[in-house]
Amino acid sequence: MSAFDHVTAARANDRPTSIDYITRIFGDSFFELHGDRRFADDKAVIGGIAELNGKPVTVIGLEKGRNLKERMSRNFGSAHPEGYRKALRLMKQAEKFHRPVICFVDTSGAYCGIGAEERGQGQAIAENLMEMMTLKTPILSIFIGEGGSGGALALAVADEVWMLENAIYSVISPEGCASILWKDSSKTAEASECLKLTAQDLFKLGVIERIIREPKDIESKLFDGLKNLIAETFAKKAALSPERLIELRYNRFRKY
Amino acid sequence: MPDIFNFLKPKNELENQGGFVENHPYIPEELWVKCPVCKAAMLSSDLMDNHKVCLKCNYHFRIAARQRIEMTIDEGTFTEMDAEMTSANKIDFPDYEKKLKSAKLSSGENESVLTGVGCINGEKTVIAVMNSQFMMGSMGTVTGEKITRAFEYATDKRLPVIIFTVSGGARMQEGILSLMQMAKTSGAVKRHSDAGLLYITVLTDPTTGGVTASFAMEGDIILSEPRALIGFAGPRVIEQTIRQKLPKDFQSAEFLLEKGFIDAVVERRNMKDTLARLIRLHPDTMQKKEVAADERV
Ligand SMILES: [Zn+2]
Repeated sequence: MSAFDHVTAARANDRPTSIDYITRIFGDSFFELHGDRRFADDKAVIGGIAELNGKPVTVIGLEKGRNLKERMSRNFGSAHPEGYRKALRLMKQAEKFHRPVICFVDTSGAYCGIGAEERGQGQAIAENLMEMMTLKTPILSIFIGEGGSGGALALAVADEVWMLENAIYSVISPEGCASILWKDSSKTAEASECLKLTAQDLFKLGVIERIIREPKDIESKLFDGLKNLIAETFAKKAALSPERLIELRYNRFRKY
Repeated sequence: MPDIFNFLKPKNELENQGGFVENHPYIPEELWVKCPVCKAAMLSSDLMDNHKVCLKCNYHFRIAARQRIEMTIDEGTFTEMDAEMTSANKIDFPDYEKKLKSAKLSSGENESVLTGVGCINGEKTVIAVMNSQFMMGSMGTVTGEKITRAFEYATDKRLPVIIFTVSGGARMQEGILSLMQMAKTSGAVKRHSDAGLLYITVLTDPTTGGVTASFAMEGDIILSEPRALIGFAGPRVIEQTIRQKLPKDFQSAEFLLEKGFIDAVVERRNMKDTLARLIRLHPDTMQKKEVAADERV
C-alpha cells in the first residue's frame, strides 16, 4: 500500500468512527456528558464515562459522523474551541476521580472559521497541550482514522499513542502540502509520501507506541482485541505514581 | 540600478498571508522607504529612529530578531544560548536542505528563533525572539528545542521568560516532528509555570498556526504589537473554508483584545519599559521564602 492508499483508507466513509469504537468496546456502560460549561456543546467531540472490565474510565472521541446527516451535525469531526474545552473539562474530571482517559482521534483538523477564531481556537488547543502534560491520570490516545495536525494533537498529549494500521497523522494535509510545494493540490500522492504520515512511518520515527492491525473482518475481531489491550495498558499505568507518570509523559515528548 | 522598493514586495504567497509584506533586514542609509500600509515615503534613518514604526500611520514594520534584542535588552547584557544549533533533514523531505540554506543566507541566522539571557532595565530575564526572515518563523525541531531549553534554563535559574513570537506556523518540511514541538514546548512552559515563574508573550505580526496553538497563547501575560495579525488559521485558509470574505481587522491584535484573548496592545516604543515594569511586579516570592527559611536555620 502506498502512503496515499493509507490516506484514502483513513478517510473512507464506511470506516468505523469513535461512536462505533465506544459502542463496541464499552457497550451500554457509556454515559455521555455534554458541554464545555462556557459556551456550547460541540458535537464534533463526544465524551463521557464508561466501564472497562468493571472499572470506570473517561472516554473522549473526535466524531466525524456515520452518514451525511450525522456528518453535518458533527461538523465532519472538525472541532471548535468549545470541543477542546469540553475534552479538557472531562479530562480534569477524570483526574479528580482517579480514572484513566482514553481518546479516539479522527479529524481532518481543528475547524478554521470565524467563530473558531473569535473563541480562541489556538488558545483552546494550547491549553489542552499544557494541561494534558501534567494531568495526574493515565492518558491513552488511539488514532482510528485521520489525525490532522494541532486539532488531533490536542487529544494526543498522552502516555501512549496507538494508531490503526490505516490511520494517518500529519502536520498538514497532503492537499495543503502539495499546494504549497508544487502549487498543485492534486499531487496528493507525492505529498503523502513526503510527509511520513502512515502508522509504519510514525512508528519508525518513534512518535507512536503501537500499530493496531486491521483484520479483514474488522467488525468481529478488532474491538475485543483492542478492549483487552486497553485494559492491560491501564493496569500497567496504574502501578505508576502520578509524579512518575507525568515525568515519563514529559520525557516522551521531550525527546523530539 | 537596484530597485530599492524590491524588498517590499512579497517573496512568495506564503509570506504574504497576513496581507503585509516582508521587509529587508538591511536598509541602506538615507534611502526612501515606502510604508506597505499607508504608502507614505520616509527616510530610512527616520524610520529607524522611530523603532521601525511608520511615522505616518503607525504601522509596525517587521524587524529582525537581533534588532529586537537590541531594542529590548540592555546594552552589553545579552548572552545568546544554543546559537550554533541547526536543523537536519530528519524525514528526507525534498529540497529541505536547500530551503534551510537560503533561509540562513537571507536571515543571517541559524534558526527561526534566537534565545538567550539578558537584562531589561536591569531586570534579568530569559528571552526568545522569533525571526520572520527564517522560513517565516516556522517551527522546526531546533526552534522547539531552543525554546524548550530556554524554559528549562529559566526554571532551573528561577528567571522569567519573555518570547516575541512571529510565525507562519508549523514547518511542513519536518512533518510530524514539527507538530511534536508544540507538545514539547508546552510541557516546558507548564513546568516553568508550576514553579511559580512569570512568562510573558509578545505577539508580533504575524503569529499563526502551531505557534499560536502552543506557547504563544500560554503566557501568564499576553501582549501584542498594534495591528499584528494573530490567529490559528491564516485568513486565506479561513476564506477558502467558509467561502466568504473576512471582515476588515479580523484577527488583528485589537480584535483579539476585544474578544478577550490578549491582555494589552503595546506600542513598540513602550515595549521595553512595559516588560521591565511587569517583571518588577512579579518578584520571585518562592525563592525569597526559601532564603527566609534558610536564615531562620
Ligand atoms: Zn504607514
